Amino acid sequence: MEISVRRKQGNFGIDASFHGAESGVTALYGPSGAGKTSIVNMVAGLTRPDAGRIAINGLCLFDSAQRIDLPPEKRRIGYIFQDGRLLPHLSVRSNLNFGMHRTPAGRRFVHFDQVVDLLGIGHLLHRRPAKLSGGEKQRVAIGRALLTSPAMLLMDEPLASLDSARKAEVLPFIMRLGREFSIPILYVSHAMDEILNLATHMAIMEEGRVLACGNIEDLLSRSDLQTFFGRTEIGTVISTVAENPKDSFGLAHLRFGGRILKVQGIQAAPGALVRVRIPASHVAIALKAPEQTSLQNIFPGIICEILDQGAHFVEVRLDIGCALWARITRQSCLNLDLKPGLPVFALIKSVAVSLGASTRIGTPDFMTSCL
Amino acid sequence: MDFFRLTSMELEALRLSLWVSVWAVAASLPFGILAAWVLARLRFPGKSLLDGLVHLPLVLPPVVMGYVLLVMLGRNGVIGALLYKYLGVVFAFNWKGAALAAAVMAFPLLVRAVRLSLEGVDSGLEAAARTLGAGPVRVFFTVTLPLMAPGIITGVILAFARSLGEFGATITFVSNIQGQTQTLPLALYTLTQVPDGEMGAMRLCIISMLIAMAALVCSEILARRFAARLKG
Repeated sequence: MEISVRRKQGNFGIDASFHGAESGVTALYGPSGAGKTSIVNMVAGLTRPDAGRIAINGLCLFDSAQRIDLPPEKRRIGYIFQDGRLLPHLSVRSNLNFGMHRTPAGRRFVHFDQVVDLLGIGHLLHRRPAKLSGGEKQRVAIGRALLTSPAMLLMDEPLASLDSARKAEVLPFIMRLGREFSIPILYVSHAMDEILNLATHMAIMEEGRVLACGNIEDLLSRSDLQTFFGRTEIGTVISTVAENPKDSFGLAHLRFGGRILKVQGIQAAPGALVRVRIPASHVAIALKAPEQTSLQNIFPGIICEILDQGAHFVEVRLDIGCALWARITRQSCLNLDLKPGLPVFALIKSVAVSLGASTRIGTPDFMTSCL
Repeated sequence: MDFFRLTSMELEALRLSLWVSVWAVAASLPFGILAAWVLARLRFPGKSLLDGLVHLPLVLPPVVMGYVLLVMLGRNGVIGALLYKYLGVVFAFNWKGAALAAAVMAFPLLVRAVRLSLEGVDSGLEAAARTLGAGPVRVFFTVTLPLMAPGIITGVILAFARSLGEFGATITFVSNIQGQTQTLPLALYTLTQVPDGEMGAMRLCIISMLIAMAALVCSEILARRFAARLKG
């Protein structure tokens, strides 16, 4: 997905360009008023960019240079709005059928029963939207968009209007979408826990511009973006794959880059993707491999850079097969005489498990110790 | 019981009135919806002029409106002559002219009610329907129009009632010809001008009230039913 748009709206300007994943979830992240919804509306064709180009998997939707501007009904984009926007004069069934009947039968790859099952809305079909709860409305809205067999899904904060119980009700369905249908999803949110649960790629927006975009692990581990994520401290996000369910001590083994991270307290099926966040302050550094220690997770690595921001702490980026941030006191740094290139050992005290793809849903970002 | 027996003149007036009003509303409804849509959704130079033109019959004396119609659409009028020459249509001194006069006088009421309901339609729902693959015309007929239904009903009832009551423009434009253009108010007026007409006038007065009440009740029931539909 290639999005590059410019548009002036009053004294606010959008000038954004980013690439998203061809399949899976790309998150569009940023504070309120950053222009996320404007971007999504332009992709859907509901507002027109002054200039730019929008293409989804090789299909050009808008190109000011080539004078291409497909109307919304020709773009094959499923748009899930923050407020659902179900048609109030139609039953749930008619709402679901509304888009499906406008899709030529030969192009449909999403089927009615499949969607109704997936979203668990079979018992709602005869109701009118006014009689649905917020979570039910959003599920129907998702189903309605899916049934157009779209080339792409746009989700504009689909959970923002829901309380946390309703969020937990809808989130698993969105997580399943990515796996059941290989449609790229552009997911707008300012809630990092949702993004960590769903996205593989991310574009970060501020004041109408894209600050950074790319792989979510890389972005979350970047020191210059930490304030954006509402973190007071730096941390590392690593995607791991769960191995055998648990060892005899009850620890889960998570594999990443040829190494095993042992953590307790998570339930992950073997082969499940588990995303963990390791706060820098939970990583210690030793010059020699510690012996007779209670710590389970000790990884050899090399110091890549040392960030000294003039506080009592310094932040050290290590390479242990992937990037890993450690935060240590300035005094320790001097005592150990750390410098880039020095081989060291990273001692991980605990991690935050963020991705609940097949672990616990609805309780993202809980800390688990792996001491 | 003789009181309740209508004379042929009164019966004819009643029949003609209903006929003229139904035609007036039915024929002006598409134009009313179009005008409401243009005024609510479009921005163009001269919009306030169009707005004023639509509302003119509301503020002009009906007799003036009728005279304008006579000058424009009479057999020798600017437009009337052309209509007769090319389409063979004549409005002067027949029921079509009465329907036209009623339609013109009721038009502002129709447009106001329809426009108000159109402005209440969430354009976000129309946008959602567009993303679901419906083109602008289909969106109008499957989303916008159904959501406007309560306002359209109100507008139709108001216009119908106004048409039934139309007097000044009708008598000026198409005169007062029994069986041709003599609608209920015209018949009532005629009866008040002749000796022994009081009974007939009273009957027509009561009938007018009954029709008006029935129209109001109908509109209330329909509006409630539609509101209930939208609330599930």
